[in-house]
Amino acid sequence: MAQPNYADVNVGDQPIRLEAAPISRTTLALYGGASGDHNPMHIDIDYAKAAGENDVFAHGMLIMAYLGRSVTSWVPQSAVRSFSTKFTAITRVGETITVTGKVAEKMEADGEKRVRIELAAANEKGEPKGSGEAVVALA
Amino acid sequence: MIDKKHIGRTTAPQTVDVEKGRLKFFAKAIGETDPVYTDEAAAAAAGYKALPAPPTFTFCLEMETNSLWDNIAAMGVPVGKILHGSQSFTYHAPIVAGDRITFVTKVSDIFDKKGGALEFIVEDSTATNQDGVLVAELQRVIVVRN
Repeated sequence: MAQPNYADVNVGDQPIRLEAAPISRTTLALYGGASGDHNPMHIDIDYAKAAGENDVFAHGMLIMAYLGRSVTSWVPQSAVRSFSTKFTAITRVGETITVTGKVAEKMEADGEKRVRIELAAANEKGEPKGSGEAVVALA
Repeated sequence: MIDKKHIGRTTAPQTVDVEKGRLKFFAKAIGETDPVYTDEAAAAAAGYKALPAPPTFTFCLEMETNSLWDNIAAMGVPVGKILHGSQSFTYHAPIVAGDRITFVTKVSDIFDKKGGALEFIVEDSTATNQDGVLVAELQRVIVVRN
């Protein structure tokens, strides 16, 4: 992977873009199994309906995993110092999530050069699903 | 309303295994195709001693301790009412296949908004590996829709 250099990165740059595959019931079943989050709200439509929902919906952490992929496709994971996501809307079956990220800040901390990336996840209509940020160290 | 007495509720340390097969399955489930997460040779070339856990897998490991479900059960909150509000990680060292990670999770705050229509449970966790190294700190906020 060609790694970005601190000197070449500018505030306002948008180096991150990732389009995930559309969310299907299979996506949710696989994520439920692999993640260990067996909350039936995400995999059992009967349970979801009994709880007042029309259908199962995506795990917030699946969306955060897409944000994580977007970051580690730009820098190696070993450069990631912190990572957070706020889930702002439920993601439904059939939606397609795109993650974008821009450089919000350059700084030095703990003897390292770091940048703070602001991340946004939205569906195919541009409706926001989550926002996040990651602090990564660059050489 | 959730009784505020639960603030400070802290789990006993619980240790979970980082399993190689689970990491490969997780990579598939999230659509991760970077071979560093599934191919041990690629992981070694990237400097890892074994397949690394992706950034959010630390949360999955913490979930293995059952602390989320134990906490909401103790608080009388039905599973069908909760949403994940936010999640954050601070990373100190890699977590890789074969590691054994010990978690301690503490309920650090409980508060409400909109006259109690929404309640928030804030839980902070530490993750320490088999060598006693603090590898990550986690915070999750659970939203209860009353």
